[in-house]
Amino acid sequence: MPETWWDQMLYMITLLLKIAAVVVPLILAVAYYTYMERKVIGFMQVRRGPTRIGPLGLLQPFADTFKLLLKEIVLPANADKFLFLLAPVLALAPAFAAWVVIPFNDTMVIADIDAGLLYILAMSSVGVYGLIIAGWASNSKYAFLGALRSSAQMVSYEIAMGFALIGVLILSGTLNLREIVLAQQGGLLDWFWLPLLPLFVVFVISGLAETNRAPFDVAEGESEIVAGFHVEYSGAAFAVFFLAEYANMILISALTAILFAGGWLSPFEGLWFIGDTFLGQGSIFWFLAKTLFFMYLFLWWRATFPRYRYDQIMRLGWKVFVPITMVWVMVAAVFSVLGIVVRGS
Amino acid sequence: MPITEIVFYAFSLVLIAAAVAVITVRNPIYSALFLVLAFFSSAAIWLLLEAEFLAIVLILVYVGAVMVLFLFVVMMLDINLAPMKEGFIRYLPVGIVVAVIMAAELLVVIWSKGRFDQHAFPLPPPHPAGYSNTKAVGELLFTNYLLAFEAAGVILLVAIIAAITLTHRKRAGVKRQNPSMQVRVQKDERMRLVKMESEPRQGN
Repeated sequence: MPETWWDQMLYMITLLLKIAAVVVPLILAVAYYTYMERKVIGFMQVRRGPTRIGPLGLLQPFADTFKLLLKEIVLPANADKFLFLLAPVLALAPAFAAWVVIPFNDTMVIADIDAGLLYILAMSSVGVYGLIIAGWASNSKYAFLGALRSSAQMVSYEIAMGFALIGVLILSGTLNLREIVLAQQGGLLDWFWLPLLPLFVVFVISGLAETNRAPFDVAEGESEIVAGFHVEYSGAAFAVFFLAEYANMILISALTAILFAGGWLSPFEGLWFIGDTFLGQGSIFWFLAKTLFFMYLFLWWRATFPRYRYDQIMRLGWKVFVPITMVWVMVAAVFSVLGIVVRGS
Repeated sequence: MPITEIVFYAFSLVLIAAAVAVITVRNPIYSALFLVLAFFSSAAIWLLLEAEFLAIVLILVYVGAVMVLFLFVVMMLDINLAPMKEGFIRYLPVGIVVAVIMAAELLVVIWSKGRFDQHAFPLPPPHPAGYSNTKAVGELLFTNYLLAFEAAGVILLVAIIAAITLTHRKRAGVKRQNPSMQVRVQKDERMRLVKMESEPRQGN
């Protein structure tokens, strides 16, 4: 703890600068993630995606943002004004707050706390409030039903996700995200995706369902119903909900990279012909590349799979994923006790 | 004033204000949300005590799970404020008794000098660098208090099963889907190809 008043101020200022250094690139990443989504899905469907604004359509995200910002926010009659406007903020804040414990490499992390993984779970469970409050404050039965649908989905898949994380905890023996990455040292085959393959699959799919993305996007369901909890929102408030959704997708991708794909570690570690070159060393570039890969999977699946029916979503979450994860947590415990998977080697 | 004290007083103020609001606000949704705020502020105060595991679990369990279900129920019920006031006089005596007992208990704590104040419970010394709160809680739970921990788990399980059996109704004539049967279905079970002569053109 810093001593004098000035030291404390300096500490606060550097902390604020660090937060800005994470949040500003994150917002830009969200903007270009929407561009990437439209381009990738466009190419998969033999279209060209946005091409008009700027070279290759690169300024499209800004055009979209300013269009939404300049639009009027329509308040529904008899809506609870305060909660109606608070809901998007409550959806956004946890999506950004969770980034404080994400380690970009061995030293680049804002808060290297011991219970980092628990903190992330807590933040992602707080995100439900944005949806519920939005649905209720809109004073519309359609918005309310949409809120119930998506929050029931999020709460259900959080359980499978939590169990999948327990497998990681057993193998790494720590809740600290930096140490979890260090426990996976040793190249591609030492990362946790291999010994925890079923949990890895469950985690990625639950992440998809947590963020209400296709094929689990019954909350939005644009081809059947107009929208879910945010049906009454327009303009900037609507944009904030989407900012939160995309920030959450990037967060889940980054988490998958950290927990199952070795974070910033290099996949070629220990290979003799690569050795200690740039490719063989762990760095932030590996972390970003892995995160980008999982972000790409989100888009790929959206272009590939048809939407699940609501009862199928619930069945998959409760009757398929929860038993699989429970069994594999025990298998992971056996791995750990028998020394089949050894930490940090 | 060190920064920890500023943080402590700020969060305590929010905590007390939110707790007061829980019982004074008219709208039940608002009072549930104020309860969420109260949980959050108390979690922050626990963090100041270096009880990070408990603080995060408080948010995870109470804010993330319990209060969400609470909100669901409160939102689904069509709460009308007028009939709720009708019982006010009837329940007043019971309310007064409860309030007096609670106030008396608080006063006992406030007046008992030296037993409950800061000198009796000084701030615990800061932990060494490698200390892990989570590990300490886990070791205690699975060694000294294993029996109590398992018993609590069994009681929770019994409560879950009891709640499900009480609310689960079997109705006759409910149609169910069997997804594995749906997946295994073959073309010739669902489709019949019919050969027929083309009909001559009608009318005109």
